[in-house]
Amino acid sequence: MQYLGVELIKPKAAFFDFSCCEGCQLQIANNENKLLDFISLVEVVNFREILTERNNDYDIAFIEGSITRKDEIDRLKKIREKAKILVAFGTCASFGGINKLKNKFKDIEWVKKEVYGNCPIETNDKVMAVNEVVKVDFYIYGCPVNKSEVEAIVQSIALGREFRYLKHPVCFRCKEKQNICLYEMGKICMGPLTRAGCGARCPSNGNSCIGCRGPAEEPNIEFMKTIMIKNGFTERQIRDKFELFSAFKE
Amino acid sequence: MHNEKDYLTRVEGHGTIDIKVRNGRIKKAEWQVIETPRFFEAMMVDKHFDDVSLIVSRICGICSIAHSTASIRATENAFDVKISGKTELFRRILMNAETLQSHILHLYFLALPDFLGEGSIFPIITKNKNAAEIALRLKKIANDMCDVIGGRNTHPMTMVVGGFTKFPSKESLLILQKDLLNSVPDLIETSKIFMSLKIPDFERETEFVSLKGENNYPWIGGQLMSSDGVLKPESEYKKMTNEFMSDWSTSKLAKLSRDSFAVGSLARINNNFNLLHPKAKEICENFKLKAICYNPFMNNIAQLVECFHAVYETLELFEKVLNMDLSPEDIKIKPKKGKGVGAVEAPRGILYHCNEYNEEGRIVHCDFIIPTGQNHANIREDLNKLVKDYSKKGYSDSEIELLCQMLVRSYDPCISCSVH
Repeated sequence: MQYLGVELIKPKAAFFDFSCCEGCQLQIANNENKLLDFISLVEVVNFREILTERNNDYDIAFIEGSITRKDEIDRLKKIREKAKILVAFGTCASFGGINKLKNKFKDIEWVKKEVYGNCPIETNDKVMAVNEVVKVDFYIYGCPVNKSEVEAIVQSIALGREFRYLKHPVCFRCKEKQNICLYEMGKICMGPLTRAGCGARCPSNGNSCIGCRGPAEEPNIEFMKTIMIKNGFTERQIRDKFELFSAFKE
Repeated sequence: MHNEKDYLTRVEGHGTIDIKVRNGRIKKAEWQVIETPRFFEAMMVDKHFDDVSLIVSRICGICSIAHSTASIRATENAFDVKISGKTELFRRILMNAETLQSHILHLYFLALPDFLGEGSIFPIITKNKNAAEIALRLKKIANDMCDVIGGRNTHPMTMVVGGFTKFPSKESLLILQKDLLNSVPDLIETSKIFMSLKIPDFERETEFVSLKGENNYPWIGGQLMSSDGVLKPESEYKKMTNEFMSDWSTSKLAKLSRDSFAVGSLARINNNFNLLHPKAKEICENFKLKAICYNPFMNNIAQLVECFHAVYETLELFEKVLNMDLSPEDIKIKPKKGKGVGAVEAPRGILYHCNEYNEEGRIVHCDFIIPTGQNHANIREDLNKLVKDYSKKGYSDSEIELLCQMLVRSYDPCISCSVH
């Protein structure tokens, strides 16, 4: 890649997966139109899901998944030592995600028994987001991440430019698309609180926003809860939505 | 604990092949599953049925449509919900589309590099740009179908208990239909590429488990069958899987009539050969793939055959849905106390979801049995025999090591999914 006739040094990028479904990594391969451009922007040196060669000399580390076992903590700390820039890649890495539903149970022994019976299995008591273990430089939100947003953020990191996250909620974008409000259809929706950047995909497809991208800038959570209650939803139904990705502080 | 360098590459999730060397010769290669468990069955307890399929789709990023479909079917069986013919057809299209997406990803990105002596798709992009572009085009049409019908290619949201929140417009279906028709030459080119590869010579007799198709190639629901003659209704899935734990795996394992069995494309074709689309049968003939085939490396070819099946079956399904009224259906679900099972054929094999609800429609208990979890024991047995066979043939340690990796990749394991 050239800029003003000078060859730019491609940053070396490494992808690491922790406890997750690996669906965010898949979005890189799923970006069929732009995959070839993407790999010309960074040099991918470590990407276990699609690459056999492994190189521990990298500038940017993309961390996918949440942290659930002791060996993952050690592994993550070693990656932090090596990486110049560490990116929490996706909602599991950014907030803990779906995996943190496990934290709602106080008795970890019950959790183990429910799944594995009496067989021993190793896991930490609490699932953690990446920033609960090491410092995070950039976040890419979404379950899964949005392909075009990944591209824009990676471009900014590679070129050393500032990336501006959208501050407004999904609800704005949904209104722009002239969708019928989910509340009009009798459904509960996290759109008014959740950070935009997904193109309001779920409400545009007739299903509620489930808040996977975490809070927009300064969300008025308390007021939204009263609106949810006014619309006839119970505390329990509201909690269901807030706890789904552990992305909202209650 | 294992190091980063031990993890097998170009597979989904974390597993290792532990190789035992004696006097400079490989004596044993053991498959080990070290993925961290996420405890999905526990996380689901108390969750409302509206959210259940959305959560469990997160078990797997690659086959999230299969998980959603199995979950929704389990809930519908628990609540005695009947679905429309239109919903049934769109679910089948989505299962075909996801299978195509997943198989193309595996065939080109994960499997092909071994056969060409490369470490990844990247050198292939430089050396054989045409092949890389074919792969991306085929993946794109598969993902486009999932996007348009499922709302998103990973973690779909239009599929709900009772039907779809939204059906696609006829205009968007016509575009997909045209693109799909145009993808046939790319598929034919793919079969030529794979025809030029040498599939390793290896056989081990085993049992194959899949859904049993009645009038169509099986994707969603129906009876459960094995090549050893076991036949059970969907609700008795536990009698097909007999799950157990072992110290070499954080995933549960399964067995039926023997110590291990196999699921996936090869198992489906072995058990349902006659239901393949005629165009897919032609590909079987070209590759001399006949039921029953005991070579696990042929699972790659079985996936290729299913890509043809997926494209041709979807083209027929498009004809049907394009003649239907695609306005949304009114869905009203009344939950009730009870248990339901949903079995589907995910890209990597038969997948079971069992959801048990209370009167409010909240989960009391659930159970998910994943294709790769059912394959782990069979992979381990295969590796054992592979090392013995090829040591006898005088192959070098490094050649055997590569063959071991290729064998595991042939199963296209989805390890994080298997542990969940």
